[in-house]
Amino acid sequence: MTTSATPVKGKAPLGAILRGRSVPGRVVPVIATFVLFVLLFGVGAARYEGFTSGQVVANLFIDNAFLIVIAVGMTFVIVTGGIDLSVGAVVALSTMVAAASLRAGLPAPLVVLLVLLMGSTLGLLMGLVIHYFEIQPFIVTLAGMFLARGLCFVVGVESISIKDPTFRSFATAAIPLSQNVSITWSVVIALALVAVAVWVLHRTRFGRTAYAVGGSESSATLMGLPVAKVKIGVYVISGLCSAIAGLLFSLYMLSGYGLHAVGMELDAIASVVIGGTLLSGGVGYVLGSLLGVLVLGVIQTLISFQGTLSSWWTKIAIGTLLLLFIVMQRVFMRRQP
Amino acid sequence: MSVDAKQAPREAGRAAVVQMRGISVEFPGVKALQEVDFRLLPGEVHALMGENGAGKSTLIKALTGVYTPTAGVTLLDGREVSFSGPADAQDSGISTVYQEVNLCPNLTVAENILLGREPRRFGAVDGRACRARAAELLADMGLHIDPGSVLAEHPIAIQQLVAIARAVAVDAKVLILDEPTSSLDQDEVAELFRIMRVLRDRGVAILFVSHFLEQVYEISDRMTVLRNGRLVGEHLTADLSRLDLVSLMIGRELGALAEVERLAGQAGEEASTVPVLQATGVGRKGSVAPFDLQINRGEVVGLAGLLGSGRTELARLLFGADRPDSGQVRIDGKALHLRSPRAAIAAGIAYCSEDRKGEGVVADLSIRDNLILAMQAANGWARPIPRKTKDQLVEKWIKALDIRPADPDALVGKLSGGNQQKVLLARWLITKPKVLILDEPTRGIDIGAKTQIQKLVAELAQEGMAVVYISAELEEVARLSHRVVVMKDRSKIAELDQHATVDDIMRLIAHVDERSEAVAA
Repeated sequence: MTTSATPVKGKAPLGAILRGRSVPGRVVPVIATFVLFVLLFGVGAARYEGFTSGQVVANLFIDNAFLIVIAVGMTFVIVTGGIDLSVGAVVALSTMVAAASLRAGLPAPLVVLLVLLMGSTLGLLMGLVIHYFEIQPFIVTLAGMFLARGLCFVVGVESISIKDPTFRSFATAAIPLSQNVSITWSVVIALALVAVAVWVLHRTRFGRTAYAVGGSESSATLMGLPVAKVKIGVYVISGLCSAIAGLLFSLYMLSGYGLHAVGMELDAIASVVIGGTLLSGGVGYVLGSLLGVLVLGVIQTLISFQGTLSSWWTKIAIGTLLLLFIVMQRVFMRRQP
Repeated sequence: MSVDAKQAPREAGRAAVVQMRGISVEFPGVKALQEVDFRLLPGEVHALMGENGAGKSTLIKALTGVYTPTAGVTLLDGREVSFSGPADAQDSGISTVYQEVNLCPNLTVAENILLGREPRRFGAVDGRACRARAAELLADMGLHIDPGSVLAEHPIAIQQLVAIARAVAVDAKVLILDEPTSSLDQDEVAELFRIMRVLRDRGVAILFVSHFLEQVYEISDRMTVLRNGRLVGEHLTADLSRLDLVSLMIGRELGALAEVERLAGQAGEEASTVPVLQATGVGRKGSVAPFDLQINRGEVVGLAGLLGSGRTELARLLFGADRPDSGQVRIDGKALHLRSPRAAIAAGIAYCSEDRKGEGVVADLSIRDNLILAMQAANGWARPIPRKTKDQLVEKWIKALDIRPADPDALVGKLSGGNQQKVLLARWLITKPKVLILDEPTRGIDIGAKTQIQKLVAELAQEGMAVVYISAELEEVARLSHRVVVMKDRSKIAELDQHATVDDIMRLIAHVDERSEAVAA
């Protein structure tokens, strides 16, 4: 039954827009994440005074810069159909190595280089094992996680505080965006990394091959694509990102400790999945993962503004969201031919 | 009909692109190919023919470097070559499109065509140039789809064509199409053939493998026939009648087959006319065209046809392993809703799969456990069968079918093929089915066990069981059956009475041939 004879232009039903060619199906989860973010933010703005201030938004980035960086690396891995459970432990190891070598008097630039090299080497090793021994990434990176976490305590069992002036000044430096809003260098680094990742994953042959491997590894091999290079490469990228995140985390905490970033790999995976990347591989966007992290961050902010709820409610909210998004993806994939 | 398809191959003055001489491929204990010669000329569609196991895929794999021949040489453009794998062969201009589409469904059409060879700008993939180039390639093939669309959105047929577009995008000299039509419907096949002709006229040498005789006759210029790993002959398609082709593939002279006698005592027995199973208009799109079939008490109905003719598919529909999308099945006059094998088993239908290992016996369980499986399923999980009953039953059936070793605890995986088949059969017989469907029960088993199983089938029928007997060996079907249903190109084309001979069946399979030959003459 049509009640109105004249079609209303520009008011097509949401479903039609989503199904239209102009918005490919795979973008829908990303849009959903964005809508969710706006909604959550709206709830905060409506309920709490001061929620809309620029600094709240800036803090969202400041407090989650390291998570953004890990999520970016994780996106590469998950797009190929893999998983990297070692990232949290590598973050901890990076803070530990950075703090210990700074305490030993090594110059800051050398320390940064050392940590980056260590992270990528760990990633490379895991990638090699995964590809050439054909072992599930889950197991290999689980082993990597235990190794990295254990190594932290080989370096030292106590928390080591960072007193290096370069690190300290870098950590505390504020970049003013306006009169009341400022961000840290961590945010700049994280966002720059996002930009580079968008370019690599979406625009280069390396990135496109990663999607092909995630879509069908056997097809990619038969198509003559450099599967080995890409499959190993994504773990190197993830390892490197973990090391960068570790450096940002040590700036954030100004200490190195073996119990830093426990469970952070799961936060990263949750962000990536909420951001619309399929765990089975082949579909996903770097920007989606960024949005995923921001959703996690805004939930945390909401709960701290609320004041009476324990911060563990964040976990419950994240769990619920994760389930919701996975189910949504499944329903969505089923509907496709 | 298209005249250009029937054109005699323009052979004069053309050197072969691919020349394979004396190719042998051996695996431990198996000679998959023995001294096969094969050549492929530019600008022709060359069909590679043979029954299952004749060595078609082995030859293709030997050509594309998947297998290394134990003897023989392969020349490409007159130079001796040896490829390390499909990617290497592709770099030399030999592209292969497989039966299953080997593309990435999550990427766009353009990406699938150009992946690994994308036009780039400043180190980044130039998406626009990519789509433009893909559109150009697709337009060349007369295919107008949006190169920016995701591959998974398109039907399999289009995906198949995209795979071909990728194959020719590398300037392929040789295009190998391995069963490209098995999942396509008629219009889609016509589209594929149109594109094949375009490519052929451009000088591409096309190697085409298909089980569909009509398609082979429609598109190919020349064919090479293999049987049991040996070259039987190379013929111009126009010179070889379908009847001759079928006998080359199956390997018998028609005259000799005419003498085949039925089992004594079998021919005289008339089956009852009490229907057990009646199927009307049962079919499934893309699997088997709707068919009618009646099976009477105590009757053996043979299903004959070449591989891929729809024999197994028909059986799977009757068993509910694939869901029919049209028609109705009645058992003893009662309508049966064939939702699942469970429903079929409950109604008294048993099905012994042709894939013994994959879909039949459980290799890691003992003979006893395998025998009890079907019965337990019929009995319901909640009612355990007492150990004593089990033992008696198992002993009885091991003796009845002469299963060796006669040890109930022997693992089925360790038995010979014939004995595995007997276990599978016994498993179903324990449940006392009304209709027993046997799919290639004698394939790959030794001659002694073969006769035992055939005798058993005859006895079961005499006792009143209705049996559907599927076999690629036409003699076997003709000898055992009271009626023979002939399948071709996924539909039932005829039903013969018990006096049917192998000749009759072969003529039917090659039927269209005689008609079209008569027209041509």
